[in-house]
Amino acid sequence: MKINVTVNNRERVFDISPDEYLLDTLREHGFLSVKRGCDNSSCGVCTVLLDNKPVASCTLLTIKTEGCHITTVEGISKDAEKLSEHMGDEGADQCGFCNPSLALTMYALKQENPHPTDDEIKKYLVGNLCRCTGYQSQVISIRKCLEDDE
Amino acid sequence: MKVVNNKVPSIDGKGLMMGRPAYTDDLAERNSLIVKILRSPHPHAKILEIDYSEALKLPGVELVLTHKDFTRKSFTRAGQGYPEPSPYDKFVLDEYVRYIGDEVCCVAAISDKICREALELIKVKYEILEPILDFEKAIDSETIIHPEDGIFEQFPIGFEPKRNIAAAYHMEVGSVEKDLKESEVTLEDSFYTQAQAHVMLEPHTVNARIDYQNRLVLYTSTQTPVHVRRIISQALDIPLSRIRVIKPRVGGGFGGKQHIHGEMFVTTVTLKTGKPSKMVYTREEVFESSYSRHPMRIDVKLGASKDGVLESIDCHILSDTGAYGEHALTVFMVAGSKVLPLYNKVKSVRFYGEVVYTNHTPAGAYRGYGAIQGNFALESAIDMLVEKLGIDPLEFRDKNMIKQHETSPIFAIMGEGTEGTAMTMESCELEYCLHRGRELIGWDDIYPYKQVSKTKRRSVGMAIAMQGSGIPYIDMGSATIKLNDDGFYNLMVGATDIGQGSDTILAQIAAETLQCKIEDMVVYSSDSDLTPFDTGAYASSTTYVSGNAVYKAAKLMREMLIEEASVALKVKPEDIEYDGKTFKANDKTITINDLSNRLYYNEDQKQLVATGSYFGTKSPPPFMAGYVEIEVDTETGEVDIMNYVSVVDCGTTINPMLAKGQVEGGIMQGIGMAMYEEVLYTKKGKLITNDLMNYRIPTRLEVKKLTTEFADSYEESGPYGAKSVGEIGIDTPPAALANAIYNAVGVRLKTLPLTPEKIFMAMKKREEDNNE
Repeated sequence: MKINVTVNNRERVFDISPDEYLLDTLREHGFLSVKRGCDNSSCGVCTVLLDNKPVASCTLLTIKTEGCHITTVEGISKDAEKLSEHMGDEGADQCGFCNPSLALTMYALKQENPHPTDDEIKKYLVGNLCRCTGYQSQVISIRKCLEDDE
Repeated sequence: MKVVNNKVPSIDGKGLMMGRPAYTDDLAERNSLIVKILRSPHPHAKILEIDYSEALKLPGVELVLTHKDFTRKSFTRAGQGYPEPSPYDKFVLDEYVRYIGDEVCCVAAISDKICREALELIKVKYEILEPILDFEKAIDSETIIHPEDGIFEQFPIGFEPKRNIAAAYHMEVGSVEKDLKESEVTLEDSFYTQAQAHVMLEPHTVNARIDYQNRLVLYTSTQTPVHVRRIISQALDIPLSRIRVIKPRVGGGFGGKQHIHGEMFVTTVTLKTGKPSKMVYTREEVFESSYSRHPMRIDVKLGASKDGVLESIDCHILSDTGAYGEHALTVFMVAGSKVLPLYNKVKSVRFYGEVVYTNHTPAGAYRGYGAIQGNFALESAIDMLVEKLGIDPLEFRDKNMIKQHETSPIFAIMGEGTEGTAMTMESCELEYCLHRGRELIGWDDIYPYKQVSKTKRRSVGMAIAMQGSGIPYIDMGSATIKLNDDGFYNLMVGATDIGQGSDTILAQIAAETLQCKIEDMVVYSSDSDLTPFDTGAYASSTTYVSGNAVYKAAKLMREMLIEEASVALKVKPEDIEYDGKTFKANDKTITINDLSNRLYYNEDQKQLVATGSYFGTKSPPPFMAGYVEIEVDTETGEVDIMNYVSVVDCGTTINPMLAKGQVEGGIMQGIGMAMYEEVLYTKKGKLITNDLMNYRIPTRLEVKKLTTEFADSYEESGPYGAKSVGEIGIDTPPAALANAIYNAVGVRLKTLPLTPEKIFMAMKKREEDNNE
């Protein structure tokens, strides 16, 4: 069956099966920045923005996204690049597998709360797991990145 | 130094943030067959019959493989020095299954969905066998987990499969029994550690194809590409020269990608069908069917004089390797060799025990292997002993611990499966770490605890630790540097960046030596066809071993450049001064750009390539002191972690920010093991904690603050004075937290993880005991 979505501001028609998850659809169509870390929305690396809200694409049926705007990290490249600079400064980069999902979640946080405290950052990103860092360097990077916008 | 010991951002951070294809599954062929495994629902059974006729009828199913499709040849999946100190007790597929999740058969199909449907159509008849699910009952049990023929040890490791023993070991210095009898104060207790899971966010992933030269090409998320190539070649009888193993970007390893996983299956599928294939573990498979940390029971006896001199340590360990003996002996050995030398002034020390098979998920390599288990036991026991002695725990450690220029007999006795290597601590700032950590945590203000509200107590606890820097005389690293026209370089290393940042720090070492910008040192890691040999990323070897190889290659390249500049300038090499940009001799000059263009386009044309390789003749340990400040709720047993202070001696930090990242990441995993990561099985042996909802790794919220500092230290034998730093961070949290909990509420927990429930029950029991 066919489904119409907008991915990173470009209209797309995907041929999907009704039991297909968005993560699989996106990776199948070359959006490889969206990663698979688990199968039950508990790690966060498959995060995309669905109409600007972060969702776990590994458990979202593609069929439910008809007419929606989907954003992957390629759609917020300016913000991602800026976050990357701060993460470089803070030594917050390690394996990088969760990095695109961090940028997307930070972007969504910025829309809801442009001046978050560290505690608010931690709570908003609680679903984005990282096993490499101690988290602290990521939180500092995100805070500094958001401060840049002020 | 301009590049080394400076803040240099990871060379790959931006590309990975932008989501550019880099990881194994990003690089699979688009039309790859999907490979999946039918896994055992029984902890121990013999396969009587596999009927896959219905599965084969399903359109889109290409192939089903059972144990009958493989030549019966044992091997070990452990990627470590060869010949391996792990028993050859694994077959690609076998007629026995030995844990829930073990491999029964393999299916390849054109889609994930068809592959899953095919698995459902396979009917297997089993003869159910009695399992061993309690590792303390494994030795000489009526059940034998490996009764089969054709399994063996490569050299003596104490392998006795008929007794369910994968490995055993014994060593003693002096007479422990005599000294313990004579000691004025003794302590004896047992400690238990659990099968922690790695939880790297990228699951185990591999894909295979046959290239236009008819060679097998594997992309695999591995820490040990050369071991992968060798093990596949040996187990499947494929000439080594026909296999190319490419390690792309790896999404975390922590030891979990030091064995082979799906490599045998995709290789076989691709060779049999001629089609590309791929395998991505589900998270459930990562938990149930890869491997985890060896659970251990550690029996410790300590003897000391009344005035606080530690005289004797006795350590017996029973370790559970699960269904297969991967890293069975070496993990066990590290629990002694990288723990006991911390207290090097004892008159006697004994270390012995067994590693046993059970019908649980296998155990294997995991960051800090053995050391974290041993450290939890010893550093808990030390605090228990000092309480008996009535001495301050920091004073006791200061008096008894290893210091610079000292040694321990254990270094020479215990290696990884073989004898060790004697060494003296040329760099050891443990004393500084101990004192600086005390200041940073505010020990003197809080110890043992402060009542902060009616129901909350603030307390501190600590532990010291050591690791190593590679395995002497075994781990080898090498690096090749190629000069390009216009004067920039390629650095090709076999060392495997798995997220720890080794590509960046190795580039820093090369750039420092050649005095170039880091941007002019383009790193490639790793590809068995293109990059030189390196045993891989494990045993804290990369900075020290591979780093030394890079340093040697860069030194050689520098000499070659000066030689060529002397030809170009028609002067003697010794007259040349080089600042990284321009070669000068008297009034003659040539830039590196002009020299390289001359070499490649104009005169005396030749390619400049320099290769360096290195193996350690010792393994200088990094050291650290870990201090934790916690708040315990005396009504519920809940623990808040307020601050974890790490003061680390890893020699020179090649990249202080990335070194900090290694320490803090290790600390967080150690805290996870200490506090949250409960491993539960059903009575039938099924892993309950097999997803991220039931297996709780720390999130962003649990730890309030991390404070990390490095001691000013220089290791003469390391590149620019560096030692390795990948594992040391993980070692201290279990003991430091157990000690802090004791200091807060007076209950001593000896079984990990230290959950609120256990704390609460222990407090309750103590109250009841007091009332009696």
